[in-house]
Amino acid sequence: MQPIPAQSPAQSPTPSRSNLAGWLYVSPLVLVLVPFFVAPILVVLAASFFATDGFGGLTPGFTLASYVEVLHSALTLKLYLATIKFTVLTWIFTLIIGFFVAYFLVFHVRNQLLAIGLFLLCTVPFWTSNIIRMISWIPLLGKEGLINQALLALGVIRQPLEVLLFSDLAVVIAYVHQLTIFMIVPIFNSMARIDKKLIEAAIDAGASRFDIMRLIVVPMSKSGIALGTIFVVSIVMGDFFVVKVMSGGGSASVVSAFYEDVGVLQYPTAAASAVLLTLVLVAIVSLILRTVDIRQEITR
Amino acid sequence: MSAVLADMSKTERAKTETSKTIAPATSKAIAPSKGGRPWTFYVLAALFVAYVLALYGPMFCIYILSFQDIRGGLVFPMKGHSLHWFVDLFTQVRTGDVKGSFDRSIKLAVIVTIITVVVSFLAGLGFRRRFRGDTIVFYMMIGSLVAPGLVLGLGTGLLFQALGLNASWYTSALGAQLSWTLPFGVLVMFAVMSRFNHAWEEAAYDLGASRWQSIWLVMIPVLAPGLIAVALFGFTLSYDEFARSLQTAGSLNTLPLEIWSMTLNVTSPSLYALGTVTTIVSFIVIGASLGTIVLIQKKRGSRAKR
Repeated sequence: MQPIPAQSPAQSPTPSRSNLAGWLYVSPLVLVLVPFFVAPILVVLAASFFATDGFGGLTPGFTLASYVEVLHSALTLKLYLATIKFTVLTWIFTLIIGFFVAYFLVFHVRNQLLAIGLFLLCTVPFWTSNIIRMISWIPLLGKEGLINQALLALGVIRQPLEVLLFSDLAVVIAYVHQLTIFMIVPIFNSMARIDKKLIEAAIDAGASRFDIMRLIVVPMSKSGIALGTIFVVSIVMGDFFVVKVMSGGGSASVVSAFYEDVGVLQYPTAAASAVLLTLVLVAIVSLILRTVDIRQEITR
Repeated sequence: MSAVLADMSKTERAKTETSKTIAPATSKAIAPSKGGRPWTFYVLAALFVAYVLALYGPMFCIYILSFQDIRGGLVFPMKGHSLHWFVDLFTQVRTGDVKGSFDRSIKLAVIVTIITVVVSFLAGLGFRRRFRGDTIVFYMMIGSLVAPGLVLGLGTGLLFQALGLNASWYTSALGAQLSWTLPFGVLVMFAVMSRFNHAWEEAAYDLGASRWQSIWLVMIPVLAPGLIAVALFGFTLSYDEFARSLQTAGSLNTLPLEIWSMTLNVTSPSLYALGTVTTIVSFIVIGASLGTIVLIQKKRGSRAKR
């Protein structure tokens, strides 16, 4: 929170008093996050060390059996590979589309009110149901869907394509459809803060438009890209319903396997797998955070 | 998008400023305000249009398809038009308890919205100044945002089970949803607060206002558009929340859970009709929120000119 230096003079109390005031203000937030974020994570962590009777009953104790089971299973590797494949593909597409959409809005749309209007047009679906947006691909991608109908009518194909719906392709399409917004918003924000005078100066100094893109726009949008990446990666890695519905049960991810485990009351294995996934996620997010001070970025 | 909502006020301000001063010759060097557009403009404009079409196209397909008559299927072409599937949705047993879950989801979203606005506002005030341990709270919030929802939901469910409490939509699901809406709300507050001009607050103190008076009479009215944005996030994120509610809602479903179970066993346009109904609700909420923000900004803009 940089924007408030020492210039809030009305009360510039002693450090201990301002500590107390700060904690008082955030205490309601903490009172929600402790029971509904910290405690559940600890419960899952504890459950991963418990033994089970196989019917949902948990025996408190300490055993690494669930971890051994998860790590020894050939399925685990397959699930992680599938999850990583979906994550990387989604990341690449959302990044490319998000970057250029933001670039278009910031640098090509001359009227600022129009730019904000178009930006809001991109964000409105974010506030609607993800599940609905996902199933809305069925009439397009289905075996008798619009795309197959059009391709058949054009004579491009003779048989309807079956890979469109209930396939990995459909999963990636649904992810990109839902998550590009998480790239557009932070990248738009960091691009909008680039001082236009800097670009004028670069032009005056003889820079080509490609140079400007390479040396000014991309480096200065880095923090937005990092922030968007955190969102996209953590959502794809934590997702299960897109994979389940859009692959038609043909593919699985780490969390969809977790969901199946919970369904058959295998809590310890599910918990062990969740703990591993969380560790992987924390590692990825902290790697990204090393490149950008997220807090300063958000509060600037 | 929070920042942009806040930016709208900046634009209004910028507009009044440029009317006073002479606009700089080239405000946007890459796309000069006079002369032809570079070729990249057309390429990127095409990309943008394609993106927006892909964003909205599928949604409009299901809205259209939900108005078929009784012969209707899941794909085009349209078979007649009627409101059959909407009636079906609310009268048939096989489609589940749509009315009840709809009712619960709205109530829950309203409760979540109120709590989100109040807690996010207070946290926004707290984070204005550094205090010992603020980083811990901040990263706790980020963690809550990026943690897989299903895992958190399971943890909450097991926690309630261990404590002997009954999971229900207004206890465990409420908490689980708050762990999702609050980080968003606080992040929006950050963006809103960073644009707050502290001279107003100081002026209030100089005129003898108490801390509460300055918050109640100065900050809240000035920050109103931002608070509406927080409310928009709170309502829509709760109303559409799924992963965290799945293990925490107890025996009675919320609407997204109902939709989820429908995607697994209903293969009629009722599913699309439900999609249309929930999206109409979302659009009303979005429209009302954005409309109010624009209205407040307009009012301020015209007052500033006078």
